[in-house]
Order: sequence, then C-alpha cells, then structure tokens
Amino acid sequence: MATPDRISYWNKTKSLMFVMLGLWVFFGYVIHMFVEQLNTIVIFGFPLGFYMAAQGSLIAFVVMLFWFARRQNAIDEEHHVNED
Amino acid sequence: MANTTSTTAGGGDFTSNLGRIYSLYTGGFIAFIILMAILSAIGVENVVIGYLFMGFTIVIYAVIGVLSRTMHVGEYYVAGRRVPALYNGMATGADWMSAASFIGMAGSLYLLGYDGLGFVLGWTGGYVLVAILVAPYLRKFGAYTVPDFLSARYGGNLARFIGVIVLFSCSFTYVVAQIFGTGLISARFLGIDFNVAVYVGLAGILVCSMLGGMRAVTWTQVAQYIVLIIAYLIPAIWMSTVKTGIPIPQLMQGQALANITALETAQGITLHHITPFAHGGYDAKNYFLLILCLMVGTASLPHVLMRYFTTPSVREARVSVAWSLLFIFILYFTAPAYAAFAKWTMLDLVASGLTPENIAEKAGWMMRWAAADNTLVQICGQAATDTAAIVAACAEKGVTALSFADINLNADMIVLATPEMAGMPYVISGLVAAGGLAAALSTADGLLLAIANALSHDIYYKMIDQNAPTSRRLIVSRILLVMVAVLAAYVASTKPSDILSMVSWAFSLAAGGLFPALVLGVWWKRANSTGAVAGMIAGFGITLFYLVMTQYGADFDKATPNMELWWGVKNISSATFGLPVGFAVMIIVSLLTRAPSRDMQDFIEEIRIPRGKQMMEEKIA
Repeated sequence: MATPDRISYWNKTKSLMFVMLGLWVFFGYVIHMFVEQLNTIVIFGFPLGFYMAAQGSLIAFVVMLFWFARRQNAIDEEHHVNED
Repeated sequence: MANTTSTTAGGGDFTSNLGRIYSLYTGGFIAFIILMAILSAIGVENVVIGYLFMGFTIVIYAVIGVLSRTMHVGEYYVAGRRVPALYNGMATGADWMSAASFIGMAGSLYLLGYDGLGFVLGWTGGYVLVAILVAPYLRKFGAYTVPDFLSARYGGNLARFIGVIVLFSCSFTYVVAQIFGTGLISARFLGIDFNVAVYVGLAGILVCSMLGGMRAVTWTQVAQYIVLIIAYLIPAIWMSTVKTGIPIPQLMQGQALANITALETAQGITLHHITPFAHGGYDAKNYFLLILCLMVGTASLPHVLMRYFTTPSVREARVSVAWSLLFIFILYFTAPAYAAFAKWTMLDLVASGLTPENIAEKAGWMMRWAAADNTLVQICGQAATDTAAIVAACAEKGVTALSFADINLNADMIVLATPEMAGMPYVISGLVAAGGLAAALSTADGLLLAIANALSHDIYYKMIDQNAPTSRRLIVSRILLVMVAVLAAYVASTKPSDILSMVSWAFSLAAGGLFPALVLGVWWKRANSTGAVAGMIAGFGITLFYLVMTQYGADFDKATPNMELWWGVKNISSATFGLPVGFAVMIIVSLLTRAPSRDMQDFIEEIRIPRGKQMMEEKIA
C-alpha cells in the first residue's frame, strides 16, 4: 500500500493543505487584527480594514478554493490516482 | 423493487437539460415578478400580493418535490450521486443560507456595524476547511450519512450512536430557528397569528422533502437559490440606485459608509458604524472566537457535508465546494451593503426632523411591524403600535424630537422591512418575503433530511434491523421526518431565542462534537475508536454544558441568574471550550490505547486517494 509514489502523493497533498490553512489563517484572522491601522487608509469611502472583513477576505476565500481544486487535481493526475 | 420512478425529473434527460430548465424557470420567475408589479399598480391589495408571492413559490417547490419522488435508496439518500458540481454548489448555497443569513445577518450588521462582520467571515471561510480537510475524503468513502463514516472509521456502533446524538442536537437547534423564521414571515405578510404561522411554514417544508428525499431536496434547493438571490439583490440594487445613482451596491457601499459616519457625527452618535470591537459586547476576543466557531462548525455540520455525497466523483466534490462558496459569496458580500444602505436611510429619516407626532406619517411601516409583533419596533422603550402609544411613551421620557437611539428595531425584521423603509413599491416587499421563505425552507429541508436519514439509516437500519427491506426503511424515514418537523415547529412556537443565536449555537455544537473526530479520522492514522468516542463525548459535553448553563442555568429558568461566563466568552462561541478539549481528549486517549489495526490503516490509505471504488457499498434492495 505505502509505495514510494503514494508517500510522495500524500506529502504533496499535505503541503497543499498546509499552504491553504496558512492562507486561511491570514485572511480569516491575521489581517483583521490590524483593522484599526488599515482603517486609516480610505478607498472609495471604504476604510480598508472594514473592506477586508466585508469583501476582501471573502474574495480571497473564493479564489483560494478554485485554485485548490485545480492544484489538487493536478497532483492527483501526476501520481495517477485520479478517477478514470 | 420499484427503481427510479420515471418522471420528467428522473433519468439522464433531466440532468443533461439542467441549464435550459433552470434558465426557463428563472425567466418565468422574473415574468411573475413583473405580473405582480402590474397587479399591484392596478390596485390589487397588498395582502393579496403577499399571498400570491408565497403561494406561487411554494407550489413550484411542491411540484418539483412531487416530480422527484422516489423509492430508490440511492436516490433517496444521495440523489443517485449524479448532481453536477455547479448545481450542487447552488443547492448547497440554498441549503447553507438560511433564515439567519437572509433575514438575520444584514439586520445584525445594521445594529452591530463592523462587529457583525464576524458572521460574514465565519460563514464563508469555513468552506476552506470543508474543501481541504473533510468533504473529498468523505465522498471517497461513499457514506450516506456522517455517522456512517464515524462508524466505519472508528469501528462500531458506539461512535455511530454518539455521532447521531450530536447530529440530532445541532440540526434540531438549527431547524427550530428556520421554522421560527418562516413563522415570522408568514405572520407579517399573511397577517396570521405567529403560533399558527409556524405550522403553515411547516407544511411548505414537508411537501418538498418528504416524497423524494435528497433528490427532491436537491432540485428544489436549486430553484430556491434562484428565488432567494434575486430577492436579496433587487432591494440592495434599488437602494444603491436611489441613493447614489449607480446600481452596484457592493461598490457604492463605500459612499454609504462615508455618509453614515458624517450623519452619526452630526447627530452626536459617538459609537460609529465602522468602529471595530465596540458594539454589542463584541470585543476583539469575542469577535475572533465567533469567527473560529462558525468556521469550524461549517466543516462539521452534517447537513452541509452530506451535500458533497451527491456529486459524481471526488474531483467534482472539490470543485463543488468552490462553486458553493461562490454562490454563497454573492449574498454575503451584498449583506454589508444592504445594512449600510438601510442604516443610511434611517439616519436620513431621523435627520429630517422626526417627532413622536409625525412619525406615523413619515414612517408608517414601523407601526405595521409593531402591530405584527410588539417586540419588533420599540420607540422610547415601548411598542410603537400607533401615534398615541408613541406620544405617551416619549412624553414619559421627556423626548420631544426623536433621535436615532430612541428607535429600537429588532434585528430579525430589518431586511424584511427595508423595502418599506426605503419607500419601494409593495411588490418588492412580497419578493423579499418569498426570498426569506425560500432561504428558510431550503435549509429546513436539508436539516430535516439529515435528521431523518440519521434516525432511519443509522439507528433503525444499521443498529436495530439490518434486514429491513428498502421500502420499510424509506417509509420509516418519512414518518420520522414528519415527527421531527412537528416537534421542531412546537419548539419554535415557544420563541426560544432570536434566529442568529439559535443558529450560532448549532454551529458550536457541531464543531465541539464532530470536528476532531472527522478531521483526525482522515489526517491521523493513529486516532482510534476509544479516543474518538472519548473526544466526541468530552467536546460535545463541554460545549453543551457551557451553552445550557450560561443561557438557562441549572434550573432551566431564564429569569434566575445563570452561570457566569468563563473569561467573558459569549455562549454563541461555546465551541471555544469544546474544540480544544475534544482534540486534547481524543489525542491523549488514542495514544494511551492500542493503535488501529493494519486493516484500518489500509482503509485510511484508501480514503486518501480519489482512485478506486467508493468504500461503502450499499446493497441496493
């Protein structure tokens, strides 16, 4: 079961998972801890800190998920474990 | 055994024509809105328009439900596993966006300003966890229900049984909130008593889910998504156009925020809409903990996870999570704009010189809402049912000119009342009511199905009678569905709490009870049965204990003092304690007991790769 190819597959899958988790922590939490500093920047009437919580992070989540689906499928194909 | 009943909603014909069918449906719905506008213009009464909107949409859902009826197990539990990623995304969007998102969220954003954005972030970011940690692996396993997976991974019925208890608790809390929402809408727009209205809402929920199970729910949810998103966007676009001349509310929200701040300053309000960590007790700690609990809860809620059991492949399951979030995002990034425009409108109204005497003339909608339920609109601390009541209440307080703070609007009514607040024609109010109803019905359907499936499949079939024939299993499922629904309607009629709190509790219960067992089940081979059982009991137990003790106290009497909050953490973030305890107990107990068998380790290896047959093979009657 644990062939070298499978191990390498799982390692790549894990790295991708941790990259996604890191981005998730950044857009879900870290950036909002600086809301007051970001709010001093105002674009189109939006204080930037408010904007990130209302729209910015949401856009990041959506883009991340489409990117993830593509990346993970590429890893599957590379290791021949994709569905037929 | 009767297989798929051949109907228009049946085989390949339907799935290959999805695009055409739903485009026609959307066009038809828009034509219906225009027809209602014409009827309204020629003088048809408002309440008739309300009935037509709600009646017409419910009939459509019921027709889809009846056309998709099935006696086939695979169709009933997982829609035959052939729902394309995009449509599953739309169905998940409707399944996900409930009365809390549609009715409650923008209202809370209106009241809490920046601090309400915790709900927006928490209810979107969780999909990242769904996609990377859980959904594709559960799809590979091929479960019918979430407890199916727990039972297979943690060998035995004990893990399954605890899973069912957690599932039941969180889904039931959640469904009560949905029925409460349908009751609120029916009471206001159909003019019937709230206690009767909850049972009317119930009938609408049952026609969709009872006959066709997951298949019927899937195709009705797609239809409901279309209704709810149109109903949510139109008022926001309307307000943006009226106020700024540009019909893009999400973009023009910036201008609205600038105006809100200016008006607040002019009216001497020091706590600004955009000020972070200052409203309603949401300090930074509670803000971030709420986001965490909602996100983790997303990745643990069985009615959401089971939507990804219906895709044709693991690959489609991943893409489908992305589509789900995109469809959800469309509503969620509009909600803050919706709230900002509503607040701007209200601040403008107050700035126009509002007094207790002229409010009935300038904002008669408040009196109509106060009449529907006297907690919804309070002016000077009293229900604003008519001018006399308002004048009397304000005279007592010595208020002659009303300020923004004197008018107290309930969070659950703001979205529904916004069309009237902003002076839109009544047809828009009817549309928003239909949208709110679609949101509440679609989520309630998904939840009731999750509960009924767990009871019929996991408890009745897997634990009580393994030889039960298919037809009896499906009939048991339907009977249980009706019983649970009636019980939920009864609880909703007692008005246990507001919609947003009830829904948030469901998230915490799911997070504390299921998340560690699901995630470690896939990602940590060493996790074993004893550890999982102990972890689920500890995580769920602590969460439930904190929730009940701080909300009701040991004596279940809300009036008497309850348990003090631990470190000031609000009970809508109860999983703050359940999650770490659940993980810690599960890891420690697993390490102290025997490692899982070789067979189990191979099983986990298999779950981790998409290739190969799905693991759980169901005997298809």
